[in-house]
Amino acid sequence: MIVLPEVNSEAMPAAPAAAPERIQGRAQGRLAALYLAPGMLGFLIFIIIPLVSSLAISLYKWPLFGDPEFVGFDNYASLFSSDPVFWTVLGNTLVFAVCYTVLNLGISLGLATWLHHIGKWGPFFRVLFFIPVVTPMTANALVWRLMLSDNGVVNSGLAGVGIHGPSWLSDSNLAMASLIAMSLWQGIGYNIFVLGAGLSNISPGLLEAATIDGAGPWQRFYRIVFPMLSPTLFFCTVMTIIGSFKVFTQPYLLTLGGPGESTNTIVLYLYRNGFSFDKMGYASSLAWILFVIVMLITALQFSQQKRWVNYDN
Amino acid sequence: MTTDTLTRTDPQTGKRDRSRGRRGRIISRTAMIVVGLGFIFPFIWMLATSLKSTEEVFSTGANFLGSHLAWSNYNTAWTLIPFGRIIVNSFIVALAGALLTTTVSLLSAYAFARFRFRFRDRLFLLFLGTLVLPHEVLVIPLYIMMNKLGLVNSLVALIVPFAFGAFGAFLIRQFLLTLPLDYEEAARIDGAGSFRILWSIILPLVQAPLAVVGVFSFIDYWGSFLWPLIVINDNTQGTIPLGLSMFSGERGTDWGPLMAASTLAVLPSLVVVIVLQKQLVKGISMGGLGGR
Repeated sequence: MIVLPEVNSEAMPAAPAAAPERIQGRAQGRLAALYLAPGMLGFLIFIIIPLVSSLAISLYKWPLFGDPEFVGFDNYASLFSSDPVFWTVLGNTLVFAVCYTVLNLGISLGLATWLHHIGKWGPFFRVLFFIPVVTPMTANALVWRLMLSDNGVVNSGLAGVGIHGPSWLSDSNLAMASLIAMSLWQGIGYNIFVLGAGLSNISPGLLEAATIDGAGPWQRFYRIVFPMLSPTLFFCTVMTIIGSFKVFTQPYLLTLGGPGESTNTIVLYLYRNGFSFDKMGYASSLAWILFVIVMLITALQFSQQKRWVNYDN
Repeated sequence: MTTDTLTRTDPQTGKRDRSRGRRGRIISRTAMIVVGLGFIFPFIWMLATSLKSTEEVFSTGANFLGSHLAWSNYNTAWTLIPFGRIIVNSFIVALAGALLTTTVSLLSAYAFARFRFRFRDRLFLLFLGTLVLPHEVLVIPLYIMMNKLGLVNSLVALIVPFAFGAFGAFLIRQFLLTLPLDYEEAARIDGAGSFRILWSIILPLVQAPLAVVGVFSFIDYWGSFLWPLIVINDNTQGTIPLGLSMFSGERGTDWGPLMAASTLAVLPSLVVVIVLQKQLVKGISMGGLGGR
């Protein structure tokens, strides 16, 4: 799990200039290098080098056994021009990301607000909603596959009230919706937690004052809660979108990407290309497309944050 | 109903409002219990199914738990795949991973927070930038690397590559920046070196964020699926998420034992959340957003 820091300068407390005065500049640098060595070495070997190699590999035809062959931008060219699955996969991932992010933020904001007003029971339920976040996603996904199977508990529940339940996972119109539902169950607890922390930082006095001045609930939300919560909401939006583009375990275990390709996603397709079709280069070009998309969206969000995120309160 | 009528006769005291507030709270709490129960239902169903015999997994009878408690599913889970071994692997990977992550994070955080050196802030920013990098982008080159090093199917391959993220160092550094330098100065005047200061002064003070980093990385390692799926193809070297995916065979899925195994997989995380909820709350609000 990753928590995104606010990288803008106001939010980042400057490191104290009063670092150990007694240690002279160069000696300090040497000591720092010593402490940084394990972290930075690992960072270089396991993050920076793989990231760069991934770009290099994407320019090769690269079977696991056998010699890599340089093909330039062929992998990208065939992804964009002659691989219909790529466009399906891209579309599916976008649909998932948009639906998941919007619903996640809506539901978790609603539940966080509700829990904030529920008194001493709030923390208990917050923990309850957090449980699927920390339990292994494979276990979570498998029990959903059981519940959503044709004669699973969801459909037998529906039968109890006289509804003939559909095939949640093998109907191509419903499979994606089922994945989104499962993923929401899995993920909202995190945002509920984070937004709850944000809500509890809003001074009750401020809201009380607004009430006395005649502000209704909607005005209080719009004029006080939302602006004060906006940095937290911004954080949640960025992280939720990034997370949603990485969706893999749910389609892998619930639907195997099917029926047809209707729930195949970028990472699942990446995995298949690399490890089932033995096309490491092709898979790497997919990885870089994923990377570029995520970076662009994140950059866009940071550039747009001034329009709605309020840091001066 | 009665309270309502009663208070309505005496509007001046404001009792009516209070009773309405109380009633609202009762409705709100009852509704939340319903939502919460619905939310937690998959886990209830996991446990219930883990105690059903194979024939009764899909029976739609009134009997929630089947005709008898099929504890044998737990035995079957244990023998169908090398489950004992897999649980031990999971604990080794998660504990070693958490230990490595926290150690490396603490050292980096200390350097970033307490030393001045060239390019410090730029390096830190680059480091932070990778927080938004999807790890999935790295799996192909990492796999090729592990393959070249002959580490495929090893627990080392499961532990080492994912211990160097920026999250831990960031969190601990944030916390360190809020601590005054006085103790360190005093210790330095008394002749303590930087490592002595880190060990005897800093370490006891940063236990809270350290615990958070440890718990989160434990949970991450415990639940990680894609990377083990890629780098492990020997049943005895797998971790629990991989183990669970082994239950589906060509002849279908053995749901009873699978849910028994899932229940066992879920338990440690559950214990962690319940025991450490306060620290988790603190950690999440410390993660760069609670403090404003």
